[in-house]
Amino acid sequence: MEKTSEQIRADLLRPLFSTGPGYWTAVAIAASMVLAGVFAFCYQVYNGIGVWGLNSPVFWAFDITNFVFWIGISHAGTLISAILRLCNAGWRRPVTRCAEAITVFALSIGAIVPICHLGRPWLFYWMVPYPSERHIWPNFRSPLAWDFIAISTYLTGSTLFLFLPIIPDCAAARDLTRGWRRKLYSLLSLGWQGTPRQWHRLETAMHIMAIAIIPVAVSVHTIVSWDFAMTPVPMWHSTIFGPYFVVGAIFSGVAALILAMALLRKFLRLDEYLQPIHFDHLGKLLLTMSLLWVYFTFAERLTTWYGNDPSEMAVFWSSIRQQFAPLFWTMVVCNFIIPFPFLAIKKLRTITGTVIASTTIVAGMWIERFLIIVPSLEHKYLPYSWGTYRPTWVEITLMVAGFGMMALLYLLFSKLVPMISMWELEAGVRKAPAVPRHVVSLKPRPATGIAESEPFATDLSR
Amino acid sequence: MPHKWAMVIDLDRCTGCEACVVACHAENNIATAGPDQAARGRAKHWIRVERYWEGEFPNARVRFQPVLCQQCDNAPCEPVCPTFASYHTPEGLNAQVYNRCIGTRFCANACPYTVRHLNFYNPEWDKPLHLQLNPDVSVRSVGIMEKCTFCVQRIRSAEIQAEGEKRELKDGEFNPACVQSCAPKAMVFGDLNDPNSEVSRLSRSHRSTKLMGELGTKPNVDYLERDSWQNGKNI
Repeated sequence: MEKTSEQIRADLLRPLFSTGPGYWTAVAIAASMVLAGVFAFCYQVYNGIGVWGLNSPVFWAFDITNFVFWIGISHAGTLISAILRLCNAGWRRPVTRCAEAITVFALSIGAIVPICHLGRPWLFYWMVPYPSERHIWPNFRSPLAWDFIAISTYLTGSTLFLFLPIIPDCAAARDLTRGWRRKLYSLLSLGWQGTPRQWHRLETAMHIMAIAIIPVAVSVHTIVSWDFAMTPVPMWHSTIFGPYFVVGAIFSGVAALILAMALLRKFLRLDEYLQPIHFDHLGKLLLTMSLLWVYFTFAERLTTWYGNDPSEMAVFWSSIRQQFAPLFWTMVVCNFIIPFPFLAIKKLRTITGTVIASTTIVAGMWIERFLIIVPSLEHKYLPYSWGTYRPTWVEITLMVAGFGMMALLYLLFSKLVPMISMWELEAGVRKAPAVPRHVVSLKPRPATGIAESEPFATDLSR
Repeated sequence: MPHKWAMVIDLDRCTGCEACVVACHAENNIATAGPDQAARGRAKHWIRVERYWEGEFPNARVRFQPVLCQQCDNAPCEPVCPTFASYHTPEGLNAQVYNRCIGTRFCANACPYTVRHLNFYNPEWDKPLHLQLNPDVSVRSVGIMEKCTFCVQRIRSAEIQAEGEKRELKDGEFNPACVQSCAPKAMVFGDLNDPNSEVSRLSRSHRSTKLMGELGTKPNVDYLERDSWQNGKNI
C-alpha cells in the first residue's frame, strides 16, 4: 500500500469538511444522552442526593464506580502515546491521536462525575486550594484533595500532550480553508509556519511531555486507589490497590482505544491507516494486561482468603459466592475467559477478535470497579449496620450520560481535527525505507529517532 | 486543665428501651426519616441500639449495644475529609462543621462504626414536632453529614456557666441527652482528665472494653461487659 503525502492529507482532512446524515444522527443520539444526564443532575440538585439509591452503609456506588472507570479509560492515551513515542515504535503513528483524545475526554468525564456526586455539588470549588474569604485551605491529608490535584495535573498535562501534535495539522487545515474555519485553525495553530526552529521546539516540548506524563498517569490511578486503600474498610485497606488499579486502568484504557479505533476505521473510512497490524499489536498489549489483571485479582483474593479475617471474609464471600457472585463471575468471564482466546490465538487476533475482547473487557472493568466499592461498603465491621444497594433511574441516567458525553466529545473532535496525526504519518512515509513487514519488527531501530516499521512504508523518500 | 470528654456504657445494665434514641432525636433536631426512607436504609439515628441474638430457642438471649459516635482520638473520618468539616476539637471531640461539609461522604465510608449520617433530603418534621425544635442546635440541610456531638451544646453552655461563676465544672453537672434519659443508668458521661470522675473510675473497670479497639481508632466510649458477653456463654 502506498500513500503520498497529498493522499494522506486528502484522506485525513476529508472528515473535517464533509459530513453525512449518519454523523448528525450519531451526534443527536449522543447529545440526547448527555441532555438526559443534565436533566437527571438538575433533578438531583433540586430534590437532594436522596434521589440516588445510596443508603446508610453504601455511601458510594455508581458514582464512584463511574469515576474510577473513566479515570481508568483515560489511561489509554498515556500508555500508547507516551510510551510508544519514547520507544519510537513506528506503528504508533496512526494510533496516538485517538488515544490522546480518549485521555482528555475520559478524564473530563471522570472529573465531572465526583462533582455530581457531592451532597452539595455547588460547593465543589471548596476543593480548590486558593486563599479565600473562608480562611481555610483544603485538607491536604485527604486522598480526595490528592485526587483533585492529581486529576487537574493530569488533565492539564494530557491536554497539552494532545494539543502539541495538533498544531502543525491545524496549520495545514488553516492553509486549505477559508472563512470561519480559517479563523479557527489560525487560532489553534498558534502562528505555526513550519520553520526548523518551530519544529525543534515542538519536538522538544512533545518529548518533555511524553516523559512527564507517564509518572503523572501512574500516580493518578494510584491516588484514585488510595481513596479506598486509606480507609479502614474491609478489603479496601490493601497495599495491592495502587498497582492493581494502575494495571486495571491501562487494561480498560487499551480496550477502549481498540473500540474507538475500530469505530473510527469504520465510520471515517480509515481502513488504509488503521490496519489489522495495529489491532494485532494492541491486542498483544491487551493480552498482557489481561494476564496481569488476572494475576492481581488472584493475588488479592488469595491473600484475603488465606488471612481469613472475619470482616474481610464477609466481603470476600459476598462477592464470590453470595449476592454478588453473578457479577463477580461475569467479570472474570468478561475480563479473561472470553478475551484470552481472542487475544492469545494469532488467527483470532483480528480486528473483529480484538473488538469482541475489548467490548467484554470494558464491561468487565466497569463491573470490577463496582465490585471493589459496593460489597465492601455493604459489609463493614458491625453486622447490625450491613445494608444492600440498588441504583435508581437517576444514577443509571447519569452513567448513560457519561458514555453519551464520551461519544459526543469524540464525534465533535473528529470534525475539528484529523483523527490521525498527518504530519507524523508524513514523516514516517518520508523517512521510512521499504522493508518487508515481517522483518520490520525484528530490525533494530536507527538512532535517528524515526522508526521504520510503518505498515505502509514506501520508497517515497524525498 | 482541658477536659477530655468520654462516655461509659454498661451493657450489662442496658435494657434496649431506646429512650436514648428518642432523647437524642429531640435534643439534636434529628429529622425522622419516615417508614419508606427507613426501609431504604436512610434511618438517621445519632445513637442506635444494636440487637444481637445469641443461641437458639429456647436458650436464646438478646443483647443490646447502644452505638453512637465513639469520638475517636484517632478518628478515621477526620483525615479523609477534604474540607476539614470533620475536625478534632482541642477537647478531643470529633466535631462535624456543617457549613464546611460539601458531602463527599468519604468520612461515612471511613468510619468503621457507621455512625455518620447523610442528609439525603432537606429535613422535615411531622406536625406538631416542628414546634419542639431545640434552638441551641442548628438544623442540617440536604447533602451534608451529621453525627453525634456528645451534645456539644450542653457541654458549651455548662462550661460558659461555670466560667461565669468562676468555678470548675462538677462531675455529673450536665449530661448529654442520651445519658440523661437512660433509665437503668447504663450510660455515664464525664471528664477523663479528672481521675475522680465516675467515667474515669468506670473506664478503669476490668469489664471495660472498646468497640473494635483493635482498629486503633482509640475510641472515647468504653463498653462495660461481663466476660460471658464476649465468650457467648449463657449466665
